[in-house]
Amino acid sequence: MTNSWTDIKNTDLVVIMGGNAAEAHPCGFKWVTEAKATRGAKLVVVDPRYTRSAAVADYYAPIRQGSDIAFLNGVINYCIQNDKVQWEYVKAFTNAAYLVKDGFGYQDGLFTGYDESKRDYNRTTWDYQIGPDGYAMVDETLQNPRCVWNLLKAHVALYTPDMVSRITGTPKDKFLKVCEMIGECASPTKTMTSMYALGWTQHSKGSQNIRTMAMLQLILGNIGVRGGGMNALRGHSNIQGLTDLGLMSNLIPGYLTLPTEREPDFPTYMASRGFKPLRPNQMSYWQNYKKFFVSFQKMMWGPAATAENNFAFEYLPKLDVPAYDVLRAFELMKQGKMNAYICQGFNPLQAFPNKAKLAEALGKLKLLVIMDPLETETARFWENHGIYNPAEPAKIQTEVIQLPTTCFAEDEGALVSSGRWLQWHWPAGSPPGEAKTDVWIMAQIHLRLKELYRKEGGAFPDALLNLQWNYKDPHEPSPEELAKEMNGYVVSDVVDPNDPTKKLLEAGKQVAGFGALRDDGSTACGCWIYSGCYTEAGNLMARRDNSDPGETGAYAKWAFSWPANRRIIYNRASADINGKPWDETRKLLWWDGARWTGYDVPDIAPTAKPQDVGPFIMNPEGVSRLFARGMMRDGPFPVHYEPFESPVANVIAPKVRGNPVARVFKDDFAQFAEVASPDFPYAATSYRLTEHFHYWTKNNHVNSVLQPEFFVEISEELAKEKGIAQGGWARVWSKRGSVFAKVYVTKRIRPMLVDGKTVHIVGIPIHWGFVGAARKGFPANQLTPFVGDANIETPEYKAFCVNIEPTTGPVA
Amino acid sequence: MNMELSRRQFLRTAGAGIAGTSLGAFGFGGVEEALADAIRPFRLTNTTEVRNTCTYCSVACGILIFSKGDLKKGEKAEITHIEGDVDHPTNRGTLCPKGAALLDIVHSKTRLQYPMMRKAGSDKFERVSWDVALDRVARVLKDDRDKNFIAKNNDGVTVNRWVTTGFLAASATTNEAAWCTYKVVRSAGMLVFDNQARV
Ligand code: SF4
Repeated sequence: MTNSWTDIKNTDLVVIMGGNAAEAHPCGFKWVTEAKATRGAKLVVVDPRYTRSAAVADYYAPIRQGSDIAFLNGVINYCIQNDKVQWEYVKAFTNAAYLVKDGFGYQDGLFTGYDESKRDYNRTTWDYQIGPDGYAMVDETLQNPRCVWNLLKAHVALYTPDMVSRITGTPKDKFLKVCEMIGECASPTKTMTSMYALGWTQHSKGSQNIRTMAMLQLILGNIGVRGGGMNALRGHSNIQGLTDLGLMSNLIPGYLTLPTEREPDFPTYMASRGFKPLRPNQMSYWQNYKKFFVSFQKMMWGPAATAENNFAFEYLPKLDVPAYDVLRAFELMKQGKMNAYICQGFNPLQAFPNKAKLAEALGKLKLLVIMDPLETETARFWENHGIYNPAEPAKIQTEVIQLPTTCFAEDEGALVSSGRWLQWHWPAGSPPGEAKTDVWIMAQIHLRLKELYRKEGGAFPDALLNLQWNYKDPHEPSPEELAKEMNGYVVSDVVDPNDPTKKLLEAGKQVAGFGALRDDGSTACGCWIYSGCYTEAGNLMARRDNSDPGETGAYAKWAFSWPANRRIIYNRASADINGKPWDETRKLLWWDGARWTGYDVPDIAPTAKPQDVGPFIMNPEGVSRLFARGMMRDGPFPVHYEPFESPVANVIAPKVRGNPVARVFKDDFAQFAEVASPDFPYAATSYRLTEHFHYWTKNNHVNSVLQPEFFVEISEELAKEKGIAQGGWARVWSKRGSVFAKVYVTKRIRPMLVDGKTVHIVGIPIHWGFVGAARKGFPANQLTPFVGDANIETPEYKAFCVNIEPTTGPVA
Repeated sequence: MNMELSRRQFLRTAGAGIAGTSLGAFGFGGVEEALADAIRPFRLTNTTEVRNTCTYCSVACGILIFSKGDLKKGEKAEITHIEGDVDHPTNRGTLCPKGAALLDIVHSKTRLQYPMMRKAGSDKFERVSWDVALDRVARVLKDDRDKNFIAKNNDGVTVNRWVTTGFLAASATTNEAAWCTYKVVRSAGMLVFDNQARV
């Protein structure tokens, strides 16, 4: 979230699209209700299902799953055509005026530089024209046909209300009503917030779904302001933290990136990072990259990271592919190229697509290690559970070790909320049996490996042996010790260059924030964006002061919010070019003639003059991007692509199948249903229920009583057509597998008219499996396709094709 | 350092105005009752109260956990009750159907208790000691790493990577556990490393 849950009370219009906050994030959704009640805010819901969010909406419009970009490009087109633009904001704070290289173009669903054999683009033309002064060229008058604004205008012109309706199935009048409500928020004194979740991310173009809304929010001037923003409603309680900390194939904590093998040495690595400003006076905050990186290396390897060895740059593994994400991991496993796999609190057999493929892959491992507080299907993938898991244990040679871990109520530390609050929590109970903390287990693995390398030697032990591990009890580092490492501390004194008797930084002290970090090895910091969370003043994440001066919803003294305890990011954009708040009744920051002041920590240098320095300090431009340059693999502007399995061909680009640059492994392509296949005529989507949390709560008696059994949801029309009775049984199958389910016939789902064709929708909740307190049932991933988003590989769970027929109940 | 603010202070600064407004109609109005409930004397004298957050979604609702026995005093503590934290700015004491049933996940029959091992071809898990389990993990990892570690690629560039063993990180562990995990995984040169952000 760019803003926070409590900030939603400041909004005028909530758009829930790609999510269902009322059911999936109920206690956060309260703030929508609060905004409606006290400010008269309106709620718009756009969703294939009439969800409980829709039930309390002021306006609901149905949409076919997988067509959100067409819808949103249509809204952008409407705003441009009808002058619903926050012009001052767009001109001052976006790259609308920037000139794009002449070589760049778009035609029939593809941008310049497409290579079909690689399923990739050469992105060199997707950039600005650079002037003789080394800066990007701009035309403030927006007259130049090559400026971003004019290219955008031309790009979205295709998405007329008629075209939007043809692609999305949303009736034209409903689409126009939503446009009208959104368009009103172009006023500087009206804000809209976007709340979304997996309904947008789980598509082969998930990143672009979100980007399209972000562009719309910029055009309306709603980023950086109270009651505005792009608000991703994160799922698991600390998935924000795990991502911030870079527990991904290609990341270093704080969104730094690992080197690839084309960056074999430190200078080459640095050459493509630490961007120089693209316009005069801009902060281009990544210029500090080296400080964050060197401080990270110092925290990892302590005295072994020196200026002479480029701070142990060689210790970092170098990538040969963009990322070893989960989908690639299971593909490699299936090919027999992986030997051991450790799952920590994660149940991939349920969570990733195409269960049959996952089970086959796990069966090729030598060792599978599970660390979990609960039983999982993954730990028992080799066990026979009849139709729910038809395994033959004798044929599966994988050794499985299952390790019991503590749960939230038994451990201590911080979790990061969707609103980026690091909230410390305390243990309340003793763990069951011999359960241990994840920290203890990881320490054991590390110490044992280290011991083996000391004794036996072996492949490149340096990085492992020299890992900084100076904890009071090496077998169980304490949460405080680890938190202090993430915050960072001073390694060696730094003296004032003008006065050598004065120490600027004193060795051994916690740093006050990332502003203190240095690139010469005198500071160490595990995760620069968390810097400030555990300083000499103590553990700021443990703060529980819920005062809120001005009742802004910021709660600045409650826990710690990254970065720098800032509650709304890009908050300098809440004021106009002269530093005057757009809306006096909703002011956040303002320029008092000498510095920025207000209710939040400024997202800019406190003395940066408003007319000089742009609010988007992480971008070398200083402004935000309506044109993404080469930052996204599938294009600088969003394009409507159909899901890989779709009931219709792509109306705007009939020759393009799915997202043209999404990675698809060969065997998986063969397992996709053809476009508009008569064998798989129905558009399916997966979703969650308010009583359940993924595959965890089926281990919980209460939740299992509330929603005991797997079901699928279809419309009255489809039920009639297929002769399926309310509460009767059906078989649902895709090209990858089939499930048996009770059928819930409902008015919440309606057939849609798409390009003149009736499209039926089948809804599939995700929560069942073969272990736990609930009845055994099928997981949705028995059906879903093995393909991810082109930029970050989130699986396409929300749009695929199935068939359905009535049947008798299964004999388990 | 639990910088707690007393509930009364909270009600003075933020909550007092709530009951009379429409917030009351939407679920925040229970603040006062919840307060009275939370300080029921028998609960506080018989149990220890600890602040925590819900383990499920990222709304990150504040909760209070009550247990018999005090961990801080080195006692064994049995969790007896969990409820919403009325002082928490986001949820203000409320919990959804998942959070309201947290006690049952803590005491779930399917909580794991002991390290278990399933041998190749076997149809059952067997209990093992922590030492047996961890020594085995370390042995397999070391052997695989020594055999398949790539120090230099075909062009002779130092790459120091290990891609035949992978790690799938959690989504509900603390930052501190995650950072510790990061250190251990990355220092071994592992690249097949991912988390649950996408599902
Ligand atoms: S109580 Fe419900 S809304 Fe609150 S964090 Fe838990 S799951 Fe999310």
